[in-house]
Amino acid sequence: MAEVEKSLAELRQTFRSGRTRSVAWRKTQLRALLDLIRDKEDLIFEALHQDLGKHPVEAYRDEVGVVTKSATYSLSNVEKWMAPKKGDLPLLFFPAKGEVLPEPLGVVLIFGSWNFPFDVTLDPLIGAISAGNAVVLKPSEHAPASSAFLARTLPIYLDDSAIRVIEGGAGVSEQLLQHKWDKIFFTGSPRVGRLVMTAAAKHLTPVTLELGGKCPVILDSLSNPSDAKVAVKRIIGGKWGACSGQACVGVDYILLEDKFKTNLIELLKKTIKKFYGEDPINSKSIARIVNKQQFERLRNLLQDPLVSASIVHGGSLDEEKLLIEPTILLNPPLDADIMTEEIFGPLLPIITLDNIKESIDFINSRPKPLAVYAFTKDGTFKRQILAETSSGSVTFNDILVQFVCDGLPFGGVGQSGFGRYHGKYSFDTFSHEKAVMHRSFFPEIEPRYPPWNDFKLKFIRLAYNFDYLGMLLAFMGLKR
Amino acid sequence: MESEMAAAEESRVVVDSEVAARLVKGLREAFIAGKTRSYKWRVSQLKSILKMVEDREQGIADALRSDLAKPELESVVYEVAILKNACTTAIKKLKHWMTPEKVKTSMTSFPSSAEIVPEPLGVVLVISPWNYPLLLSLEPVVGAIAAGNAVVLKPSEIAPATSSLLAKLFAEYMDNSLIKVVEGAVAETSALLEQKWDKICYTGNGRVGRIVMAAAAKHLTPVLLELGGKSPAVVDSGINLQVATRRIIAGKWACNNGQTCVAADYVITTKDYAPKLLDSLKHELEKFYGKNPLESKDLSRIVNSNHFARLTKLLDEDKVSGKIVHGGERDKSNLKIAPTILLDVPRDSMIMNEEIFGPLLPIVTVEKVEDSVDIINSGTKPLAAYLFTNNKKLKEHFVMAVSAGGMVVNDTVIHLAVDTLPFGGVQESGMGSYHGKFSFDAFSHKKAVLYRGFAGDVPVRYPPYTKGKLRLMKALISGSILGAIFALFGWSKD
Repeated sequence: MAEVEKSLAELRQTFRSGRTRSVAWRKTQLRALLDLIRDKEDLIFEALHQDLGKHPVEAYRDEVGVVTKSATYSLSNVEKWMAPKKGDLPLLFFPAKGEVLPEPLGVVLIFGSWNFPFDVTLDPLIGAISAGNAVVLKPSEHAPASSAFLARTLPIYLDDSAIRVIEGGAGVSEQLLQHKWDKIFFTGSPRVGRLVMTAAAKHLTPVTLELGGKCPVILDSLSNPSDAKVAVKRIIGGKWGACSGQACVGVDYILLEDKFKTNLIELLKKTIKKFYGEDPINSKSIARIVNKQQFERLRNLLQDPLVSASIVHGGSLDEEKLLIEPTILLNPPLDADIMTEEIFGPLLPIITLDNIKESIDFINSRPKPLAVYAFTKDGTFKRQILAETSSGSVTFNDILVQFVCDGLPFGGVGQSGFGRYHGKYSFDTFSHEKAVMHRSFFPEIEPRYPPWNDFKLKFIRLAYNFDYLGMLLAFMGLKR
Repeated sequence: MESEMAAAEESRVVVDSEVAARLVKGLREAFIAGKTRSYKWRVSQLKSILKMVEDREQGIADALRSDLAKPELESVVYEVAILKNACTTAIKKLKHWMTPEKVKTSMTSFPSSAEIVPEPLGVVLVISPWNYPLLLSLEPVVGAIAAGNAVVLKPSEIAPATSSLLAKLFAEYMDNSLIKVVEGAVAETSALLEQKWDKICYTGNGRVGRIVMAAAAKHLTPVLLELGGKSPAVVDSGINLQVATRRIIAGKWACNNGQTCVAADYVITTKDYAPKLLDSLKHELEKFYGKNPLESKDLSRIVNSNHFARLTKLLDEDKVSGKIVHGGERDKSNLKIAPTILLDVPRDSMIMNEEIFGPLLPIVTVEKVEDSVDIINSGTKPLAAYLFTNNKKLKEHFVMAVSAGGMVVNDTVIHLAVDTLPFGGVQESGMGSYHGKFSFDAFSHKKAVLYRGFAGDVPVRYPPYTKGKLRLMKALISGSILGAIFALFGWSKD
């Protein structure tokens, strides 16, 4: 507790001194972060391998690469983002100038998660730095090697008086949440999200909640076999390729017309073999389950007899190495835990429908997911999906790639959270948009002031309609 | 009036948790049916609001007079006219606002196209205050409708005439399957807050703001909190004093007799300049409100006896009562308090530590006008900060160093009428903003949409992973075409 208090007091003092506000400071920090990532890439790969068994290619694609790209993008845009935006003013207020000036919020708290222990802590950090805030990072204790690496290395590269890493578990998080922050950025589960927001309410602290949800894939009939192959590759890449399904925007389940199920399952099996070999559970190209507790949770999902009966591929587990084979299930019961909870692991249910259009109702009868994926060439269906379902994002004919588009906001809606980040949106998330209006002392519009009379009332009515001629006539006593 | 209120109380349907749950369920079903999504529905409802306030302007002015003795001109200017502007702007711009925004995509996801599609959040709750009971009820509703949501409005029970008028008018003018008014006080509000909403917009004070946000947390509901705070007005010397004085008065007493969240709460000026400013304030106040301001028809009254007692308590505090340099008259039976100015009240007095929200204006004096920044920053962040100066350097320093929801240099309050500026607080003064397009955004979810084709599939994304894939990936992500080509060659040699 004392450590938290001391850190917070120091950060607040640094923020008050105004140091974090300058462009120079922000750019220096972003460059330092890029240096860190470049210098220590091998150590990052090692930490990710230790925590999650991530292969360096996956680690680069989903973490190191994404952070590098974000930091580079912010570095080249931050000055532009900081510039005040002009707001047009009605002629009535002439001469006057209106602008929206982004300013840092103050001292902010970022909670990382264990599945992308670098990206999900450092990407928000880039936003917080770009916006000129002092920051406390709380990495997830469930990825201990990554957490320790961040705690050890960040102070060497970044301004320690403004950016701190505080390690710890639930107890430390609770302590942190008792304090007043100017923003809390949280990535994790809805359950903890509620706790974070409840704690934030005591201090009127705004929050960004990046949660998850069951992200569906709508797989329409693809008449061209090569399209179907591409779709299956992308689905596998977006399911097992991203931290072995332990990803908030990963694929949770597939919706498909019943008549295509045999084809799909065959194609999935064949491609899994191509990607992960004959013995996928021991493939180096697939991450492991983060810890025993999560492993247990996933095993329990499969233990329901009706669920285990629906397994059509995979299903083997290695408790010692915390590995679960890519597992496909066909039509597990919809009221089983596997279809009511976010799976967050390498299990992929396929749910068949008579008509693919039913997928819209299927999705709408569940909480809003972070992403909806749809493979289709049918323009009408695309528009229908867009207009009639609600989710953080929608991606057509691919998986996960929306995550790396700086131009697109990343964030949930409903159960999948609120607030957004990435690119300029990260900057906005950690900024207050201050409205500033400049006026001069001349000219004065007399009817603004009491004592009120009918003339003033008439005049102001005209003013609000921006009826300049009418106002002029009224002044000259010509208008009644 | 007492008996009228009692009658209204009786005729009202009691809204408990069960009724509230049914209400939200009904609205959610209606929302899911999709009617609110069409441009046509949104515009028709916005036009209904416009028609409603145009047809019933007199009734509205009467209700506001009954609740607050608000002068008709203030009702027309600050409530009806601003609201009508918000409606017409929304009607004019709605098509544009609803259009998806095209977004550039990166090389990593080439070939692709992307856009951001605004979609309604669902069923939203608007809880409004008593000081501008029409405007602050309907302006958020305009945003919620423009964005295509179903809405429940809970007007403040402390402005009962306007509350019951709104209930009546909504029943008559709006699509009641999707837009409803629920009247009530704490019990009804609590019942409403137990429900799951897709957004809650609350205008009021920080204490209730905390309750609203904690209730919202249970359902992961985002909130828009419009709170208040002690908004300072800093007055430098060397300015057009008469204009500055009048603009301070216009934003204080001419705005609901100081019962306004963006009104100047207190003034900071130098010791040397304070007497001049005080003289000017006295002089202009007399011109505006006459020798006996308690009799003036141009000043609102205090909303109720609770607030009257709260304000007189601020004035009667021992260390404060001797600091009154102008006004101080009060009329308990008519709930009137005259424009009152206090000079050099102690910083630890109650009046300097809570939002005044009434016709009392303390003047704090400093040695140098630059010292005002420290005084402001030692408190919580206000909803607005005002500065009167001709000194360019001071202006720049003030704009940079002071944090507030909004800021006006050389005037007060008028930023609220500019719909190209976001209106909202920061820290204790709230979170989220609205007005104009910002209102539409506040009630929309910005859905990220990415379109990909099946061509352009790069094997580098897929396992089995190799060193060559790592090299290519690095090149792709850093946007280096040359690097990508080299990596491709290198990879093919593997």
